[in-house]
Amino acid sequence: MYEIIEKKRLSDTVKLMKIKAPLVAKKALAGQFIILRIDEEGERIPLTIADYDRKQGTITVIFMEVGKTTKQLGTMKVGDKILNFAGPLGVASEIEKYGTCVMIGGGVGIAPLYPIVRELKKAGNYVICILGARNEKLLMLEKEIKEFSDEIHICTDDGSKGTKGFVSNVLQGLIDKGKKIDIVWAIGPVIMMKVVADVTKKYDIKTMVSLNPIMVDGTGMCGGCRVIVGGEIKFACVDGPEFDGHKVDFGNLMLRNRRFLKEEEHACKIAGVKI
Amino acid sequence: MPVKKEKHPMPEQDPKKRIKNFNEVPFGYSKETAIAEAKRCIQCKNRPCTKGCPVEIDIPDFIKELAEGNIDRAAEVLKSKTSLPAICGRVCPYENQCEGECTLNKIGDPVGIGRLERFLADYEREKGMKTPQKAKTTGKKVAVVGAGPAGLTCAGDLAKMGHAVVVFEALHAPGGVLMYGIPEFRLPKSIVHAEVNFIKKLGVEIKYDVVVGKTITVQELLEEYDAVFIGTGAGLPRWLNIPGESLDGVYSANEFLTRVNMMKAYDFPHHCTPCTVGGLAATFGAGNVAMDCARTSLRMGAKKSYIIYRRTEKEMPARIEEIHHAKEEGVIFKLLTNPVEFIGDEKGKLKSVKCIKMKLGEPDESGRRRPIPIPNSEFTIEIDTALVAIGQNPNPLVPRSFKELKTEKWGNLKVDEDGQTTVPGVFAGGDIATGAATVILAMGAGKQAARSIDKYLKSKK
Repeated sequence: MYEIIEKKRLSDTVKLMKIKAPLVAKKALAGQFIILRIDEEGERIPLTIADYDRKQGTITVIFMEVGKTTKQLGTMKVGDKILNFAGPLGVASEIEKYGTCVMIGGGVGIAPLYPIVRELKKAGNYVICILGARNEKLLMLEKEIKEFSDEIHICTDDGSKGTKGFVSNVLQGLIDKGKKIDIVWAIGPVIMMKVVADVTKKYDIKTMVSLNPIMVDGTGMCGGCRVIVGGEIKFACVDGPEFDGHKVDFGNLMLRNRRFLKEEEHACKIAGVKI
Repeated sequence: MPVKKEKHPMPEQDPKKRIKNFNEVPFGYSKETAIAEAKRCIQCKNRPCTKGCPVEIDIPDFIKELAEGNIDRAAEVLKSKTSLPAICGRVCPYENQCEGECTLNKIGDPVGIGRLERFLADYEREKGMKTPQKAKTTGKKVAVVGAGPAGLTCAGDLAKMGHAVVVFEALHAPGGVLMYGIPEFRLPKSIVHAEVNFIKKLGVEIKYDVVVGKTITVQELLEEYDAVFIGTGAGLPRWLNIPGESLDGVYSANEFLTRVNMMKAYDFPHHCTPCTVGGLAATFGAGNVAMDCARTSLRMGAKKSYIIYRRTEKEMPARIEEIHHAKEEGVIFKLLTNPVEFIGDEKGKLKSVKCIKMKLGEPDESGRRRPIPIPNSEFTIEIDTALVAIGQNPNPLVPRSFKELKTEKWGNLKVDEDGQTTVPGVFAGGDIATGAATVILAMGAGKQAARSIDKYLKSKK
């Protein structure tokens, strides 16, 4: 059993939880994820690691309440226990000195971006962050990320904070100004990652994206999380979750992420939660 | 009195009823039938049946006790060699092993050894399993990676030898393929839990949610334990590698069976994991896993369930009993047929599969006649669910995390005749060492590895 030792409400639908899991915390690295199962009847869901504290033995996850399990998780309180919590899973981000890194986070995707930003900064990179959200209320971790950024750009869909527009516009602006960019990380909604990858492809700037397909076991066993990368089947759980954004078939990922929408709606209805 | 030529039949659920539930298909022998079947054994001197058993059960001895009505003693003899008899008595391919060697094959059916094993295991479990006596502790500690058939057998045997054993399991439940792969109607999960509990009573500790290679490495285990056994199985699904394999509606056998069996998707939404099966399901492959998929899809609501296989029935790797059960339940066999493309609708949902007709050519390296496509024989079958059951490769997590562990062609760990890997003190067995095989062979490997580990630990003193 894994105890929730801290809980924060980041917005109406986004919550942060610190969970006691010393073995996972000991090994966790930026870019990896965990799989949790709330109770005996629960499903296994992957959540990307938003932070880790080896001394405290905790893992921080930030999640948006989108389905049955995340909604149920959102109702849990400090002191409550989660039945299963396995990780760290997946291949960690490759942290090295690249030069200038542009780090793009959209919505709840800002959460897993944070530890990568921190580690890249520590590795001596010049770090430019572009954070986007639908509106100011949904923007998270600005302060934390600022601490490890050389430059930070904010944009919102409605213009309630920063520039009005999309992260890809800000990125295009940087490129247009002649900024030399060595690598880009983009984590957020699939469509955002696709648009960013489309932009950087034109300029041949290496771009890493973190994929979030539906998973079951998280250990390479079921293949439910398969994605098409460079024309080949890859498993996000053991080969990813990060992949070269220029090679990912985003259309297929979007399609596969809709596989159980009807069932999810049904489960939420039965459980009396709205989606 | 002459020996009855036929095996006593085992009553089963009616096929029409059972495709609507997940209850076990055969009911098992009654005490009277079991004793009568045991009496068919002629107790021949050369005991050929025992040679066919990978876990070395003293078959004629337990049958003798049973024939004489000493049921408790019979169960004791059985369990002295296996801690998982209720599982073996259900999923072993005994027709190729103990029963395949039985002298009675010369005059008729072999003794129903599998059914007798099942009867004794069930009898003992229902009566309440005796807590086994613990061996004197040796002070040695062994880590077992994976709580599947190989790991559990190895752990149980090591505990019986007095070693302290901790099993590290990546998932939230024990059993490995017994839990995620084999369906409830063939192996009830309560039976797996009961036999795992027996192993725990031997003193074995099981830690869940520990993904060795990620949460903890084999190198770290070696610092804390005197030896390590790796039984991580063949978890990596193989694909057909044809267009459309990522469409909505195409599952690997592992994903489909894991959702239904381990995550209990048949009980959705009470259990939260969904698994959708449309009206028209097709399974690709013809092994035991394929039969499990085809039969499970019927129970999940498919109106038609096809097995699509490129060779003929003769070459099917599945057990005859499984093929028989599948046929009884109405599974439609499309033989000498190979898929070439999955076709989806505008929303990316699977709507049909394009296939090509095959004929058999010369035998290949496996000794089976090689299937050859017949030109211009393509046709489509309307399906909405595809289950790819053409085998698995060894799980790469542990080998990838520890380069000194050398692997072979298919990614399986290289082991010597003692089951020792290329790293001293690290042993491996089951599908991770041999590639995908059977539950009983994994148990046999676990048993042998336990003996090698014991020898290794004694030599280290």
